[in-house]
Amino acid sequence: MKALELKNLYDDFRDGKTIQAYAKRIAADAKKLKRPINIMEVCGGHTHTIMKFGLPQLLPETINFIHGPGCPVCIMPKERIDHAYLLAMQPEVILVTLGDMIKVPGSRGSLQDARAKGADVRFVYSPMECIAIAQAHPDKKIIFFAIGFETTTPMSAVLIDQVIALNIPNILFHINHVTVPEVMVELIDSRDVHVDSYNNQIDAFLGPSHVSVISGSKIYEKFPKAYGRPVVVTGFEPVDAMEGISMIVKQFIEERCELEIQYKRVVSYEGNLKAQALIEKYFEKVSLFRWRGLGNVPDSGLKLREAFDAYNAEVIYRDILPIAQIEDHQLCICGDILRGIAKPPECTIFGTACRPNSPVGSCMVSSEGACSAYYKYGNLL
Amino acid sequence: MTKTVTLAHGNGGEENSELISKIFYKHFANEILQKSEDSAIIEQGRLAMSTDSFTVSPLFFSGGDIGKLAICGTCNDLAMMGAKPKYLTCSVIIEEGFETRELEKIVRSMKKELAINGAIVVSGDTKVVPKGAVDKLFINTTGIGEVAYQGISSHHLQEGMRILVSRDVGSHGATIFSAREGIALESDLQTDCASLYPEVKALIDSGIEIIALRDATRGGVSAVLNEWANASSVCIEIEEERIPVQESVQGICEMLGFEAMDLANEGTFVLAVPKCDEVRALEVLKQTHQSAESIGRVSMVYEGKVVLKSSWGTKRFLDLPTGELLPRIC
Amino acid sequence: MCLSIPSRVVNVSEDRTMCRVDTMGVQRDANLMMMAEESIEVGDYVLLHIGFVMNKIDEAEALASIETYREILELMDEEERRQAILDDDHCENR
Repeated sequence: MKALELKNLYDDFRDGKTIQAYAKRIAADAKKLKRPINIMEVCGGHTHTIMKFGLPQLLPETINFIHGPGCPVCIMPKERIDHAYLLAMQPEVILVTLGDMIKVPGSRGSLQDARAKGADVRFVYSPMECIAIAQAHPDKKIIFFAIGFETTTPMSAVLIDQVIALNIPNILFHINHVTVPEVMVELIDSRDVHVDSYNNQIDAFLGPSHVSVISGSKIYEKFPKAYGRPVVVTGFEPVDAMEGISMIVKQFIEERCELEIQYKRVVSYEGNLKAQALIEKYFEKVSLFRWRGLGNVPDSGLKLREAFDAYNAEVIYRDILPIAQIEDHQLCICGDILRGIAKPPECTIFGTACRPNSPVGSCMVSSEGACSAYYKYGNLL
Repeated sequence: MTKTVTLAHGNGGEENSELISKIFYKHFANEILQKSEDSAIIEQGRLAMSTDSFTVSPLFFSGGDIGKLAICGTCNDLAMMGAKPKYLTCSVIIEEGFETRELEKIVRSMKKELAINGAIVVSGDTKVVPKGAVDKLFINTTGIGEVAYQGISSHHLQEGMRILVSRDVGSHGATIFSAREGIALESDLQTDCASLYPEVKALIDSGIEIIALRDATRGGVSAVLNEWANASSVCIEIEEERIPVQESVQGICEMLGFEAMDLANEGTFVLAVPKCDEVRALEVLKQTHQSAESIGRVSMVYEGKVVLKSSWGTKRFLDLPTGELLPRIC
Repeated sequence: MCLSIPSRVVNVSEDRTMCRVDTMGVQRDANLMMMAEESIEVGDYVLLHIGFVMNKIDEAEALASIETYREILELMDEEERRQAILDDDHCENR
C-alpha cells in the first residue's frame, strides 16, 4: 500500500465519485428496508455537512434525517447568554469566548451588541489565548466563557491547569460545557412519551465525530443495548457521512442493532484517556442544566469542582447573575427544531423575521445550527 | 435596519447593501448613482469616477500594504468600467504618534503603484487626529479615468454567456486573516493585491466583447455573482470544482471554516463574455495568471440567484455572505 | 463541536508541550497537553481542534478506508459497464 499523504486525508474523503457510488449502494440497499427510517445526526457539524453537500438530494425518500441538538451555541438558554452579556458589561472585565457565541441574542442583546456599547468582548481561536490577554491586561479580569461538548471541554481543562500552574491571578471561568449521551436519552424518552407515530421516532443515530474522539465510542453502548437504536460513529467529510449512512441501512436490512465506528482513523472505543482524566480533574456533572427548547436535561451539564471556586465566575459574580429562566420568542420554534420534531422551513418566521443577520433564535445564528444550515444550503431541497 | 451601525454593515454583503440603499441612496438618489457600478460613468460616457477609503489592519501584510491597496483599489474600480486611470486624489487621516518613517514607506508604495497604472495624484489632504480617534492610518483615494471601452455594465448579462475569473480566489482575505493577532498562522500566502488595468487593456485589445467586469473585493466572488444575477435578473450557474483556489488559501479556509468564494480579493476580477469569446478571453487571462478559469454560465433557471453545482450532482444556492466573518468553531 | 482538521506534525518542542503543524502549506503551533507523553512524533498526522492536538490519526485505518472506497468505485464502474452493455443490447436504433 502506498504511503498516506495529507492531501489524501482531505481529497479522498470528499471525492465526488465515491459519494455517488455510496448513493447507488444506499439506494439499492434501501429497497430492502421494511419501512422508512429516521436517522438523527446529533452533531451540528454533521447537519452542516449533510446540508452543504446536498446529501438528501442523493438519498432515497425512505431515509429521513432528524436534525439533532448538537450545536453548543444553539442550546444555550437565554438566561446564560445574559450572564455573558452582564459579565461583559462589567468595566473591569474582558469577556473572551469562541467565535459564533458573540452573535447569539439573549434577552438584552448579543455579545456583539455589548461590544458596540463599549464592552470589551473578544473572540479567540484557542482558549489558550486567554493567557496572553491576561498578561497584557493585569488590571482586568479575563473571563473565559466556555462552551462546547466533550470535544472542547478538555481544552478548557488544560487552560485551567495552566492558569493554576503559572499562577495567573486574573483569569476566571464561566462554564457551559454539556455532554451528549444524556441529551440523546432525553430525546428518545420524550418521544416515547409524547409521540405516537413513527414519523418522528429516532430509529438510529449518526454518532458525533469529534466528541467521540475524546470520549471514545463507549459512551454510546446503551443505545443499541438498552434502547434498541443502532449508533454509527461517523466522520464529518461527505464520504464519511455517506459511508456511515450506508452502515446504518445495512444494519436495518440485516436486522442488527449495534454500535459501530465508521470514523476508524481517529475514533476508538476507549477514546483519549488523558483528555478524559483532565475533564474529571476539574469538572463534575451538574444535575440541572437547561437546554434551550428542551428544558432540563439531567446530568448533562458540567461545572467547575468546588475546590476551584476561586476561578469560577458564576460563584464570584453570583450577585449580578440572574437565575430566572427566560423563555424564547413565541414564534421561535428552536425548541422543536432542536428536538428534531420540526424542520426549519416549518417555522413561520424562518427566513423572514429570523435570518442570519437578524436572528430571533439561536439555531439561526450559529453556523452549526439547523436553521442556519437550511438558510444557507437548503433552498434547493 | 438596526438602530446602530454594526461591523456587519461594513462587510460588503447583505447588511452593507441595506445600509447603502436605505440611508445613502435614499437621499442622494440620481440616475448615475443608482446604477451602482464599480465606478460612475459621467460626462456622456467619456469619463469614469470612483472613490474608496482604506482602513485595513494590519497596515503591512505579505505582498502589500495599505498604500498599495489605496491606489489599486480606486484604479481597479476605474479599470472595471473599461477606463484608463488618469488622475487621483489622496486624503489621509493620521493618528497622532504614527511613525513618519512608516508613512513614507506607505507613500512610496503608492508611487510605485501609480506608475503601473500610468496615473498621477493631482490633489490631496492631510489631517492628524488625537490618539485613538482613528486606528493608525485611514486613506481615501478618488480617481478619474478615461473610458476606453464603453458599455460595460452588470445589467447586461444574458442567457448563454460565460463567467470567468482572472486567477485563483480568496488570497487577500486569507492573508489578512492569517496576519491578524491571535490566529498566528504562518504560510507563504500573499495578498493578490495588484493593479488590474494592464489585464483589462489586454482584454480590450484582443477584440472580445466584454459584457461585465468586476473586481471581487469585500464579499468575494460570491458578492459579485449575486450582484450580477440581481442586476440582470438572470441565474448564474457555477461548477464548484472549476473554481481555482490556492492550496494555502484552502488550508486557511479549512482551519477557520470559511469559503474561498466569500473572501475578499484585491487583484482578482470576474468577467462575463458571450459564449463565442470564452476561449479567447481565457487565453488572454492565462497570459497573466495560469490559474484563470472559466467557471460557469448564465441561465434563467432561478432568476436573481447564483447556483453552485457540485461534481457529484447536487446543487445549492450561493448567497451573499452575511454578518461579520467569524471563524467557525465547528 | 466538529471543525477539526487533519494536519502533519513538522516539529515538536523540547518540553513536548507544543508542536508545529502544517495544513496544506499553512503552519501553526498546536498544544500537546491533551496527548499522553511521547505519543506524538514529527511526521505524524494529527487532528487539530481550536489550537490543540486532539488525537493522532491512525494511518493504517485511513489507508484501509481509502482502499474500501477504491473497491466500491471499481464495483460501481463494473456495474455501469455491464449496464451500458445491456442498454446497448436493447438499443432500439439498430
